[in-house]
Amino acid sequence: MNITEIIVVSLIKIVLVIVMILVAVIFLVYFERRISAWIQYRIGPNRVGWKGILQTTADVMKLLLKEDIVPSASNKTLHTLAPIIALFVAFSTYAVIPFGPDVTIFGYQVKLMVADVNIGVLYVLALTSLGVYGITFAGYSSGSKYSLLGGIRSSAQMISYEVSMGFSVAGVLLLSESLNPQKIVLAQSGWMWNAILQPIGFITFVVSAFAETNRLPFDLPEAEPELVGGYHTEYSSMKFAGFFLAEYANMIIASAMITTLYLGGWQIPYIDKLGLGVTLTTLLQVGAFFLKVIFLLFFFIWVRWSIPRFRYDQLMSLGWKVMFPLSIINIIWVACLIMIFNL
Amino acid sequence: MVTNYIPIFLVLLAASIFGAAVVFSSRIFGPLRPNKVKIMPYESGKDPIGTTNERISIKYYLVAMLFIVFDIEVIYVYPWAVEFKKLFAQYGLFAFVPMFIFLVVLELGFVYIFMKGGLRWD
Repeated sequence: MNITEIIVVSLIKIVLVIVMILVAVIFLVYFERRISAWIQYRIGPNRVGWKGILQTTADVMKLLLKEDIVPSASNKTLHTLAPIIALFVAFSTYAVIPFGPDVTIFGYQVKLMVADVNIGVLYVLALTSLGVYGITFAGYSSGSKYSLLGGIRSSAQMISYEVSMGFSVAGVLLLSESLNPQKIVLAQSGWMWNAILQPIGFITFVVSAFAETNRLPFDLPEAEPELVGGYHTEYSSMKFAGFFLAEYANMIIASAMITTLYLGGWQIPYIDKLGLGVTLTTLLQVGAFFLKVIFLLFFFIWVRWSIPRFRYDQLMSLGWKVMFPLSIINIIWVACLIMIFNL
Repeated sequence: MVTNYIPIFLVLLAASIFGAAVVFSSRIFGPLRPNKVKIMPYESGKDPIGTTNERISIKYYLVAMLFIVFDIEVIYVYPWAVEFKKLFAQYGLFAFVPMFIFLVVLELGFVYIFMKGGLRWD
């Protein structure tokens, strides 16, 4: 392919994936509200559209028509920059996540991922680290004490869990011998899923992903009873919507990363033995990827409405005293697996 | 291949445009009628006392420093992890032992911090 073709194909993919994530976020917010209502034996939103399915759209419309308040004590540049950084991170991380195997459409060899680079996992980790800036800037620039406390707490929390996240990923790299997400998926053929081979790394990664996305039980930055709204106390209108959107998009990306790294990505064990056609196999595999992601998203919501919030010192000691040593033990465990069983 | 990285730059560009578009859209559609009370920093309905330029607990700086130390160690582990199978085929146990010693030294530093009470929040 020449450069023009590459640009055109990747622009099409980028637009498709952004639209996909936006639609997914809209439904995810709706489902979160419905599932929470179901767990708490309430009804939940059921007025706008069929069974309330247009509720989120209506909320976005409302936020769009609201005033964008910039508080007098704030640093105006950083205050505007913070939600942009949050959105930038949330909408650029998906680039390296493979949705399925390579397919041929109209004679073109198309990869079902936006960018097939051999440093994919590093790219995701680097951008996730950038995400801390969005929240720190938001807390620092608002000029409100609640925002400041929320922002500082959140940055300390996110960098703490990033360490154990990084060490858990090393276990995956040991088995796949590559930083390329597509190769990591291919290395997990059959039942050789990383979640089964290295359960400790799987657990530390999932817990760190919860902490990185600021979800309950780790949503200290926006603990309502003590910090009002946390780092987005002073945000209104579409800036607030931007943080909200970024948070849910991060959840989707975290689920997709867990699927890719630990749950075999788009692989279905032993599907090639069934002798289905190429097209049907590919469709089933892409479907399997989305099913796994949807299950993890349900898991995120399920945990949020079942487990109470951690206290801040408990959160930090869990991160440093439990998750960090466990993720190092996981590396040694995987290395021993390789040395003993020659995987 | 360098061409593999073109989509990455396009993604970064598209994401920043999208972010800016979302943030500035309320300037176009929403009203803009600020007044003195409305733009006051929120402090549960009272007039704010003091500013936010106050001291922050030393613990947060400590966490940031620990993060720098241990996150750099992660980067040392990655190249070894990617090459481990090849190294093991070539050098046997000697591919594993040096990294094991490295991780043990790392953990010793961690134990030192732990004993010094660097991870205690009270």
